[in-house]
Amino acid sequence: MEMVKLTIDNKHIEVPKGTTIHKAAKQVGIEVPTLCYMDLGDLKIEHKPGGCRVCVVEVEGRRNLAPSCSTEVTEGMVVKTHSIRVLNARRTVMELLLSDHPKECLTCAKSGNCDLQNMAIKMGIREIHNQDISEMSTYRMDFSPAIIRDMNKCIMCRRCETMCNDFQTVGALSAINRGFMSVVAPAFEMDLEDSVCTYCGQCVAVCPTGALTEVDHTRRLIRDLSNPSKTLVVQTAPAVRAALGEMFDLPAGTLVTGKMVSALRTLGFKYIFDTDFSADLTIMEEGTEMLDRLTRHLNGDKSVRLPILTSCCPGWVNFFESQFIDMLEIPSTARSPQQMFGSIAKTYFADKIKVKREDLIVVSIMPCLAKKYECTRDEFKVGGNPDVDYSVSTRELAHLIKQANIDFHSLPDEEFDLPLGASSGAGVIFGTTGGVIEAAVRTAYELFTNKKLERLDFKELRGMEGIREATIDFNGLPVKIGIAHGLGNARKLLEDIRSGKSSYHAIEIMACPGGCIGGGGQPLHHGKFDILKKRMAAIYREDASKPIRKSHENPYIIKLYEEFLGKPLSERSHKLLHTHYVDKSKKIIYI
Amino acid sequence: MSRIKVELKKTDVDVIKDICRSFDNEPGELINVLHSTQHAFGYLPAEVQEVVAKELNVPIAKVYGVVTFYSFFSMIPKGKHPISVCTGTACYVRGAENVLAEFKKTLKVDVGETTPDGKFSISCLRCVGACGLAPVVMVGDKTYGRVSPEMVKDILKEYEE
Repeated sequence: MEMVKLTIDNKHIEVPKGTTIHKAAKQVGIEVPTLCYMDLGDLKIEHKPGGCRVCVVEVEGRRNLAPSCSTEVTEGMVVKTHSIRVLNARRTVMELLLSDHPKECLTCAKSGNCDLQNMAIKMGIREIHNQDISEMSTYRMDFSPAIIRDMNKCIMCRRCETMCNDFQTVGALSAINRGFMSVVAPAFEMDLEDSVCTYCGQCVAVCPTGALTEVDHTRRLIRDLSNPSKTLVVQTAPAVRAALGEMFDLPAGTLVTGKMVSALRTLGFKYIFDTDFSADLTIMEEGTEMLDRLTRHLNGDKSVRLPILTSCCPGWVNFFESQFIDMLEIPSTARSPQQMFGSIAKTYFADKIKVKREDLIVVSIMPCLAKKYECTRDEFKVGGNPDVDYSVSTRELAHLIKQANIDFHSLPDEEFDLPLGASSGAGVIFGTTGGVIEAAVRTAYELFTNKKLERLDFKELRGMEGIREATIDFNGLPVKIGIAHGLGNARKLLEDIRSGKSSYHAIEIMACPGGCIGGGGQPLHHGKFDILKKRMAAIYREDASKPIRKSHENPYIIKLYEEFLGKPLSERSHKLLHTHYVDKSKKIIYI
Repeated sequence: MSRIKVELKKTDVDVIKDICRSFDNEPGELINVLHSTQHAFGYLPAEVQEVVAKELNVPIAKVYGVVTFYSFFSMIPKGKHPISVCTGTACYVRGAENVLAEFKKTLKVDVGETTPDGKFSISCLRCVGACGLAPVVMVGDKTYGRVSPEMVKDILKEYEE
C-alpha cells in the first residue's frame, strides 16, 4: 500500500494514499468538527458530501480552505485545523447555518441531543451577526403516522438521503430545488405518507437536527395512565432492554430488563408483559409455516414457492408491499410479534381478566418507528379498535421515566408479569439480525427431526455482515438460510429470488442496521457503530442467561395453545395471528 | 407549485423509452435523458418523470430533485409565445428586473409559469449575447432591445389574435 507523509497541527503522520484529511487527523487524536460527515463503519457507508463546510482546514500553499472530510491527503501536506483563519471561517459557517435555523431549541424534540446545538455550544456561539437582516426559509410541516418532517430545521447535510437511497435503497427522499429554497423531500413534494417511505426511521436516526423526528405519543400515554376506567397493558420489544440504559448514561450494552420492568410498574401500568412472549408465539406460527412449506416443497408440490421470508419487521413489510409486489406470497403470513401480542392481549388475556376490549389499552415499547404505523393498519383492528393502541419508542420511554422523577439507577430489578411476560431466550434474540432465524431453527429442527437439539448457539447465523448465509443440517437435510439487514441488502436477495438465482429455503430480513438494536426509535448512536455491536452482545447474553431457550418449550406458550389456539396454523391462529399483504405500489404513481 | 395532470399515450411512453435506450438506460445519463425528453414533450410532467425513473432505475424523488434543481427543466408547458427576459449582468444593471416585474404584473404569472390560456409563459435567461441592446427580451424567436417597462404592453399587443 502506498503511504503518504503529512503534518497535521505539527504532528507527523503517515497514512495510506487516498485517506481523507479528516480520517488522518482522527488517527492522531484530532477530531475535526463536522455536521454532515457520517461514517457507518461496518455498514460500509461513508457520507462525505463536503456540504456543511464546518470541517474546513487550512492547507499550506492552498489558496482556499479545504473541506477535510472530502479532501484526500497528499505527500508533504501541512494542515492546520485550528488556525485563526480556520476558526473564523468555521464560526462564520456556523453563524450562517444558524441564521436560517429556527431558534426554538427549548421546545424542539431534539433539544439536548442535537448535533447543531452541540456544535453551537462547542464553538461558543453567543451571537449571530446580521441576524436582523437574515431571511428564514420556510417550508410546510409533513405529518405521517410515524415520522414528522420539519424542513425549517434542515441544514442540508443530506445524511437522510444517503440512508434512504444508498443504504436502504428505498428512494423516498431527495434534495429538491436549489439554493436557499432547497430542502430534502419526497418526489413532487408529496407527503411522506403517500411516498414509498417504509418508516424504517433510519433518516430520523442520522438527522443532526430536529428536521426529522418521530411522532410522539408520550402525552397520550400520560393521559391514559391517569384514567381509572382503563386497564393498561404494556409490551416491551427485545431490543429495548439492550439500549434503554444508554439514555441514563449507562455504558452501551448494559442490560436493564429488570429496571425497565420496575420503571414501567412505577409509571402505573397494570400489567408489564413482554413482546418476547409473542416472539415465541411468532416462532410457533412462522416456524410451523416454514416447515409446512418446506415439507410440501420436498414432496414435489410445485405450487409452493420458496424461500419463505420472515415478516416480523414492519419496515421490511412496507418495503416489499411497495417495491416487490410480484412476490407478495413469499413472506410468511405471520404477523409481527407486536401485533400477535396485541391480538392475544385483547382476546385471550382480556377474557381472562374480564375486561372489555375497549377498556384495555395495549401500549408497546419499541425500538422502531415503523411499528407506530403498523399498529394503525386496518387489518389489525377489530370494529375500529386497534389490537395495539399505540407504540412508543425507546427514546420516548426514557423521556417519560425522567419526567416521572424516577431515579432509574436505583430501581430494583423486577420480573415481568405472567402469563404474557414469560419468554424463552429464542424470543430475546429477535432483537438482533440473525436472531429470528436462529430462534426458528431451534424450534423447527426439533419439530422436523423429533430429535433434541445438541447445541443452541448457531454462531454461523450471527454477525454484522450485511448479507450472511449458512446451511443447517436438519438430520440429513441441508437447510439453506439467508440473512440480510438493511433494505439495500434485502433488495439484493430479493432480486436473486426474482431472477431464480436464489437457492435459499428461508431468509430473515430486518430493515435496520444490526436489526432492531439499530432501529429508528433507539437512543441515537450518532454514527458510532460500536454501540450496535455492544447492544448485540447484550442480547445474546440475555438469551444465554435464560433457563428456557426454545420457543416451543415456553410453558405459557404451550398453555396458550392448549387453552385457546389449539395448534399452530389452526383456524383461530389464522384469524388472530396471521395477515395478508397488499399492493401499495400504486402510491408511487403521482396522480 | 401548480401541477398539470397528464395522461400518457402508449406512443408517448415509447418515445421516452426510446430516449432512455439511446442512452443505454444508464442512470448517470439522467440529465441528458431529461434534456432529450423535454425537447420531445416541451416540458417534464410528473408522469413523464416517472417513466424516466423506471427506465433508468433511479428513485423518482431523485429525478424530481434534478428537474427542480436546473432552471432549464420545467414541469409546466411553455406558452405559445414564451417570453424570456435576460437577467444577465448587463441587462440586470440596466433595469431588466423592472421589465420582468412589469411582465409578471401584466400577465399575472410568475417566472416559470404559464398564463391560464396557454398563450404566454415567462422565464429568465442569462445573456443572449446582445449586451449592447440591454435590457433584452425574447418572445419566441424575436428579440427586443432596450426594453423599458412602458414598452411591455406594446410588445404583448403584437401577439394578440
